[in-house]
Amino acid sequence: MAMNDVGRPTRLVAGTGAVAETFTGNKALMLEEPLLFERGSLDTSGVDLPAVPPVPDRLGGLARDAVIGLPGFSEPEAVRHYTRLSRQNYAIDLGIFPLGSCTMKHNPRLNEKMARLPGFADIHPLQPQSTVQGALELIDTLANWLMKLTGMPAVAMSPKAGAHGELCGMLAIRAALDAKNDPRRVVLVPESAHGTNPATAAFCGFSVENIPANARGRVDLDALLARLGPDVAAVMITNPNTCGLFEPDLKTIADAVHAAGGYVYCDGANFNAIVGRVRPGDLGVDAMHINLHKTFSTPHGGGGPGSGPVVLSAALAPFAPIPFVRKTAKGTLELVEEDTAGSASPDSFGRMVAFHGQMGMFVRALSYMMSHGADGLRQVAEDAVLNANYILTSLKDIYSAPFAASGPCMHEALFSDDFLDGTGLSTLDLAKAMIDEGFHPMTMYFPLVVHGAMLVEPTETESKANLDQLIGAMRHIATQMLADPDAWRAAPHFAPRRRLDETLAARKPVLGWKNQAA
Amino acid sequence: MRYLPLSTADRSAMLATIGAASIDDLFIDVPAQAVLDGPIAGLPNHASEMAVERALVKMAGKNATASTTPFFIGCGAYKHHVPASVDMVIQRGEFLTAYTPYQPEIAQGTLQVLFEFQTQVARLTGMEVANASMYDGSTAMTEAVFMARRITRRAKCIVSAGVHPHYTAVLNTLTRFTGDVVVTGTPSFTAGAPGDDLASLIASIDAETSCVVVQNPNLFGHIADLTPLADACHKAGALLIVVVTEIVSLGAIKSPGEMGADIVVGEGQSLGAGLLFGGPYLGLFACREKHVRQAPGRLCGETVDASGKRGFVLTLSTREQHIRREKATSNICTNSGLIALAFSAHLTLLGEKGLRHLAALNHARAVQLADRLGRVPGVTLLNGPFFNEFTLDLGREARPVVRKLAEKGVLAGVSLGRLWPGEKALQNGMIVAVTETATDEDFDAFEDVLDEVMA
Repeated sequence: MAMNDVGRPTRLVAGTGAVAETFTGNKALMLEEPLLFERGSLDTSGVDLPAVPPVPDRLGGLARDAVIGLPGFSEPEAVRHYTRLSRQNYAIDLGIFPLGSCTMKHNPRLNEKMARLPGFADIHPLQPQSTVQGALELIDTLANWLMKLTGMPAVAMSPKAGAHGELCGMLAIRAALDAKNDPRRVVLVPESAHGTNPATAAFCGFSVENIPANARGRVDLDALLARLGPDVAAVMITNPNTCGLFEPDLKTIADAVHAAGGYVYCDGANFNAIVGRVRPGDLGVDAMHINLHKTFSTPHGGGGPGSGPVVLSAALAPFAPIPFVRKTAKGTLELVEEDTAGSASPDSFGRMVAFHGQMGMFVRALSYMMSHGADGLRQVAEDAVLNANYILTSLKDIYSAPFAASGPCMHEALFSDDFLDGTGLSTLDLAKAMIDEGFHPMTMYFPLVVHGAMLVEPTETESKANLDQLIGAMRHIATQMLADPDAWRAAPHFAPRRRLDETLAARKPVLGWKNQAA
Repeated sequence: MRYLPLSTADRSAMLATIGAASIDDLFIDVPAQAVLDGPIAGLPNHASEMAVERALVKMAGKNATASTTPFFIGCGAYKHHVPASVDMVIQRGEFLTAYTPYQPEIAQGTLQVLFEFQTQVARLTGMEVANASMYDGSTAMTEAVFMARRITRRAKCIVSAGVHPHYTAVLNTLTRFTGDVVVTGTPSFTAGAPGDDLASLIASIDAETSCVVVQNPNLFGHIADLTPLADACHKAGALLIVVVTEIVSLGAIKSPGEMGADIVVGEGQSLGAGLLFGGPYLGLFACREKHVRQAPGRLCGETVDASGKRGFVLTLSTREQHIRREKATSNICTNSGLIALAFSAHLTLLGEKGLRHLAALNHARAVQLADRLGRVPGVTLLNGPFFNEFTLDLGREARPVVRKLAEKGVLAGVSLGRLWPGEKALQNGMIVAVTETATDEDFDAFEDVLDEVMA
């Protein structure tokens, strides 16, 4: 098998039997695939193009003469390269993907079909607005759904992902404070928060202070109330929180924060647990991003693209970014950009992206919402919560469940590896064992407030039979780990790769392929 | 409901296992005042696949699509032909419905693609390393400015007036509270080199300057040798950031790396993505190896597994928000993984030979159209050297002309007035992009209606 001869050395570990038992290195349907750079050639192309008209170039002497180093494949080679690679991935389409905090639900194919309609996919962001009224209508319709589902009066559509949405919301808060010449700069963040929350606050010029969690896995209300004061700009709170629990005091917190002159940012990553049953607007939230790639089923794509619209309260709406869509007096739709922002939105904090946001994701999300309807979205939340509680109930006698005593969870069940104490095994070993059973593992070591955390989010698109199989496998693994710990230190055994050496990768990074000549 | 597998019997059985009387028992933590007792008013109930499709097809039908119209709009998003197999690749469920590769043993497909993508981007831009993608070109540019501040420990960023004004607007928004100082000017509208301000950029570099940001080809389509600017930056201890919004240009013109860039950012939409009304697009980010620990975003690296086989992992994550929290190099988490795959697959299908051919074709066709339109009475071609995009001086306000051309069925270009509404001196400008998709008939139509509208 062709291997990189100048990057990482390939070491055959004697006795593992893991490499080269066949001539090709393949094992039936498990196919090894060399790098593009090891197989492709600079003279091969899988694209036929018309001839170049013979006109003198006008490149001003800047023609690129040196070899770039981009090998090509013919179409059959390219299709096979990517198809083979795809088979080394786990995916929702293959089975349950219970990654807590990520809401890995089924991605309906109708959404893909709709996003590819030429009327949505083959239009340019700078076309004259009269030629894209249907696209503006789609954005406006989706915005209306988001406002109604959250009970909020405004929404900024352009942020490109959850963290970008957080940035949008926090910039709106900062702009609102600046408009009042209010110098408060402290943002309170629960210690269980996603890492994006403190990172985002820092980019808006805020300093971050942590608020502890109480024994029930919720924000410590007394500690938070005690910290409020004239220097606190905002509280960033995730609800349901990252322990998978609803924050019952959110309204009380919001009222106190508002009374103290601050704003409430809600991280909406976990909106799937409450969509259609609870409106964040009723809880006093000022800004909340919605991950369309979580709650509204747009595909995660192996790490994006996402989409993170932000719903805003009346207090923050005037500061929303441009561009945005509004109805004109004539009944047409208009995109408010730089030229009209001065009159239409004088307090806008400005532009966050080159164009208008993730249109392809908007189409998918609207297709999803229309498919479910208001009744179906409510059922989504109920089934997501039911599935998570079914897992919590079915595993808590073996797995340590730090907050199970405090009542039901929301859409995800949190466990810890305390029950493995003394075995020398931890969450990591358990996760890798799940891989061998054909599952994607749960989220590991997050939230940070629970040692050895395992966060299991099944979502509503799993059947009871799937859950029963997952529960059976997790009980089996846990029981066997306690009985014979040594048998479990080296999993996975059956994945395309065994455990990968992450320390080596970070100590001396190899971030691209280099051939001998380079 | 077709996406929900639980039956009523399943739900009852599961509630019984849990020991809950009804689903409401699982929502007991929600305060009573926030509980909705039925579906939210004002929204429709669930609908069949057929009904949803009918409604969305109707909406889509109200838009004029690029492929059914003579089409010449660019300015940061370009209409290129994407091979059918690219869309097939990104619709493989194993790519489409996977998550960020946090469990590398079962994500080698995504990881190897990212490793190949990083290598392709580094080579294309002439740099040493590239990351696994950002949201889009504009946010990648902003991240580059932050990175330059971290490296140089200086806060003054000088932005060429030839940079896409929306990119500069994003930079201005995102640097409002970070301590960065952004200096930029008004673009020139001069014949021969519209938007070119290299001389004044060089003159304005001082000991406080962290970086100079320049776009090549610039917004007006002008291309320039950036070597003198790179030398001036380096002499002053500043970094040169080069923005590329039309990545196909790098199949024809010298790469930013060859001209001395320290960080190259770009919009990768031209390969693989399509127009998509502005998103999702693909932020490209490449830099020198010595600076990689200051880079934003995810990085994929090579390693070995426990049995010695080559494999790939996400690496250097101690820069990132999930570890470093408020001290992270960026707050970015989700990036544009699937669009990076589309880009990489398209570039793999092209190969070096195909990319060079595509770039040469774009350039030659643009030269042909530029000369034809430049001969229309009242119209002046402003560009000297350019790649596939050029600026016309119409001698009158361009915005109504663009609208009139659209009414006559030609999506002709972008008026500078839309991009710089405040700048009187630019209002007569129209930027025209030509790609391999424009036919001779499209050229004829454009020339005819422009002739008519200008008369």
